Amino acid sequence: MIRLSNVDKVYRTSQIETVALSSINMEVKEGEFISIMGPSGSGKTTLLNILGLLDVPTRGTVRLNGGELTSYRDRDVARIRNREIGFVFQTYHLISDLSVVDNVEIPLLYRRLRGGERRKLAREALERVGLSSRIHHFPSQLSGGQQQRVAIARAIVGKPRILLADEPTGNLDSQMGDEIMDIITSLNREVKTTVIMVTHDPRLAAITERIMRLFDGRQVN
Amino acid sequence: MLKNYLKMAFKVLLRRKFFTFISLFGVSLTLVVLMVLVALFDHTFGAYPPETKTDRTLGVLFVEFRSPDDHSMINGFAGYGFLDRYVRTLPNVEKVSLYSFPTTAVSYLNGAPVTSWLKRADGEFWQILDFRFLEGRPFTPQDEKDRNFVAVINETTRKRFFSDGPAVGKFLGVDGQHFRVVGVVPDIPILRIVPFADIWVPISTAKTDTYRGQKLWGNYLAMILARQRSDFPMIKDEYHDVLKRVEFPDPQHYNKAFGEAETLLDVASRAFLLERGYGESPVRRFMAWLILLMVLFMLLPTINLVNINVSRIRERSSEIGVRKAFGASSLTLVGQFVVENVLLTLVGGGFGFVLSYGVLHFISSTGLIPYAHFGVNYRIFLCGLAITLFFGLLSGVYPAWKMSRLHPAVALRGRG
Repeated sequence: MIRLSNVDKVYRTSQIETVALSSINMEVKEGEFISIMGPSGSGKTTLLNILGLLDVPTRGTVRLNGGELTSYRDRDVARIRNREIGFVFQTYHLISDLSVVDNVEIPLLYRRLRGGERRKLAREALERVGLSSRIHHFPSQLSGGQQQRVAIARAIVGKPRILLADEPTGNLDSQMGDEIMDIITSLNREVKTTVIMVTHDPRLAAITERIMRLFDGRQVN
Repeated sequence: MLKNYLKMAFKVLLRRKFFTFISLFGVSLTLVVLMVLVALFDHTFGAYPPETKTDRTLGVLFVEFRSPDDHSMINGFAGYGFLDRYVRTLPNVEKVSLYSFPTTAVSYLNGAPVTSWLKRADGEFWQILDFRFLEGRPFTPQDEKDRNFVAVINETTRKRFFSDGPAVGKFLGVDGQHFRVVGVVPDIPILRIVPFADIWVPISTAKTDTYRGQKLWGNYLAMILARQRSDFPMIKDEYHDVLKRVEFPDPQHYNKAFGEAETLLDVASRAFLLERGYGESPVRRFMAWLILLMVLFMLLPTINLVNINVSRIRERSSEIGVRKAFGASSLTLVGQFVVENVLLTLVGGGFGFVLSYGVLHFISSTGLIPYAHFGVNYRIFLCGLAITLFFGLLSGVYPAWKMSRLHPAVALRGRG
């Protein structure tokens, strides 16, 4: 489904050059649940960003369903992100000015769906994460766990085949973290969504089918 | 999608109220200045009663006479004799009217002198212009021919001399002559120089008939009503031909005549562009200059708004990252930010309209420009709307384009 070949990512400033990823080779199969582990600064988020087409490698190739993405135009990449991929971030990244349901609708705005259809799908996604009673609240009125559930609803509302989660429980206590993990696990098991999750927590990584370990930007497993 | 953009735009407006205030203030103030100028322009050149046939009216407003060696030149109003002989006789026109440039005339009211603007005109003047009569009627070509001492006065003159009561049939002394009032019309603003006056009387009632001997220059203008607008080039050519055949009383001093059958806007355009030549209408170039000056005037507030917008959007880098992550292309984001900015400028424009209305009303009420009634009509409204939209696009596109190019991974880290 996704194949990374000899991927390097180097950040350059006028003074220093930082190698974030080096010679990464990775293949993700449909329906897999993979965790990426490693210490801080090991390149986990950079790898997830490249997998999610939020960043481009300095060298190497990224293929999604056989197509090489480096040759795609901005509009095509945006379309793939919209149709194929859902993101869950550690800090939720909800838009504070928008209500819960408006936040969840965001991916659908770029599909040119009618307002009624968007609202219906957003309600269904919120129901799935157990937040249907909070649709008109604003993010600031919700707890951290609730905000992350909204973020998951936003990630799955467009029924993407791939869910990328960057430390989805990193800002939550263990009970809320478990609730979030239950939702993500059920998406993988019941809907067969491919999940790639960055985590520091070996306990969470143990739930996944495969663990990829990074150290100083290199694969170590 | 648009509803969502507008909702977001509204929230952003409320987010940083001081920024919003500064932006709106800049937009409103700019619009007020431009709207007042546009209103002034419209007031002077627009098709308002009694000048309702401007689409097929030309004028001979100025003429120029030169000496054989081109070293000596006279430029100004034409003489009655010149216009009567060379303009009134133009073929292929529907009507020609001759009238004087208004001069001040003194009347006495209870022993105190009262100054009015007096215009001498022929009967055709009232046939080309569509004056609305509050009472009575215009004077006719027959009145002019018979040298009848009749006058049309404006509303203010009626109020001054007849205390708002009926004036028709009453007599009015002007510059030592006595005229019987035959009609009363509403006040005409001074900027409408063709119809403007306080008192209109037949040309033939002039104290002497020396005006008939004005072979070249004098104090008269002509108004030419074409049968249709498409006749303009033909009339202009015919006038050019006529100018070549002018008989000069003293050809050693002046033997060449120049001029145009043109509109007041043509004359204003030439004056603005400091052009002395005749020929092709300068109106398009004049309008291009005006638009350029308006854009330059908008440049400073635009740069200010661009800066404010950049910092406003920079604060939203996380939102940009999220929207890109969930499928917004750079172009979509440009659209969103431009719509938001256009909404902001439209709100500012709305305030600007209200303020402009107040300022125009104030200018009218001061009497600074006699009889001026500045208002916001649909032409001024459309012009203001165009200015506002242009302003919104001008100040919105660059920040939107700049921020839409932000890489989503960078934007999500909040490093816009």
